[in-house]
Amino acid sequence: MTLREIQAYIGAEILCGEGQLDREVHEAFACDLISEMLASASSHMLLITSLTNAHVIHTAEVIDALGVIFVGGRRPAEDVIEIVKKNSSIPLLTTKCQMFDCCGLLFAKGVQADRKDPL
Amino acid sequence: MVDTFQFTPKINLEFAIGEKDFFVAGESASRVKKTLQQLGMEQEAIKRIAVIIYEAAMNVAIHASHGMLRVFISPEAITIETEDAGEGIPDVDLAMREGYSTATHEICEMGFGAGMGLPNIKHCADDLKIESKVGAGTLLQATVYFTNR
Repeated sequence: MTLREIQAYIGAEILCGEGQLDREVHEAFACDLISEMLASASSHMLLITSLTNAHVIHTAEVIDALGVIFVGGRRPAEDVIEIVKKNSSIPLLTTKCQMFDCCGLLFAKGVQADRKDPL
Repeated sequence: MVDTFQFTPKINLEFAIGEKDFFVAGESASRVKKTLQQLGMEQEAIKRIAVIIYEAAMNVAIHASHGMLRVFISPEAITIETEDAGEGIPDVDLAMREGYSTATHEICEMGFGAGMGLPNIKHCADDLKIESKVGAGTLLQATVYFTNR
């Protein structure tokens, strides 16, 4: 499932990184703890979170996430989005779905849990 | 203070960290990561190094008034060093325990403070040394060897 298909399926709004929406998503990792993301997330998975600060975006880049979906209608501040647009190509999306709903919808479509052993 | 390295550093990178300068952690991790990618280093090793830098620098920003992050790069290994003038760690073994944290509510709201910082560093490093003196500060040195894993 591509990020573009996910965006349409969960009715997400694209905040930036529109040119990267053809990335194929096989696994996702849902979490609101930065250290947990750093410890346990694989590279090349989709990050689902309700954190919207600049740290989560730095973290997504450090762990080579395919993109980030912010749940519950949350979105980073405009100045954070502008910085990402200038310095990165990582796609950021926001959806009104809550965390559980977002994960359930993607799971039903075949997106797997990211189950990498901790580093 | 730990005063020796197992190799002669070939590239040194240095970042100053101020009190509550939370963004330098992610920024320095991203910058070192890009440098290592340009040097053609293996992706999984780069990720481990970036995680160490992120967690170690964040610890300094959270707990110290100021400090330094230094990264020593050689063909054989990378050592990440943070040195701070913070409160020090009274019990290093306790601080290494997953889930133990002294971070404030403000820090936790940012997504940090889960008590995973030092355990994460330990998981990612091949070699970890922590020297801390209460009231004086902490020196952390984490090394990743390119041939070991």
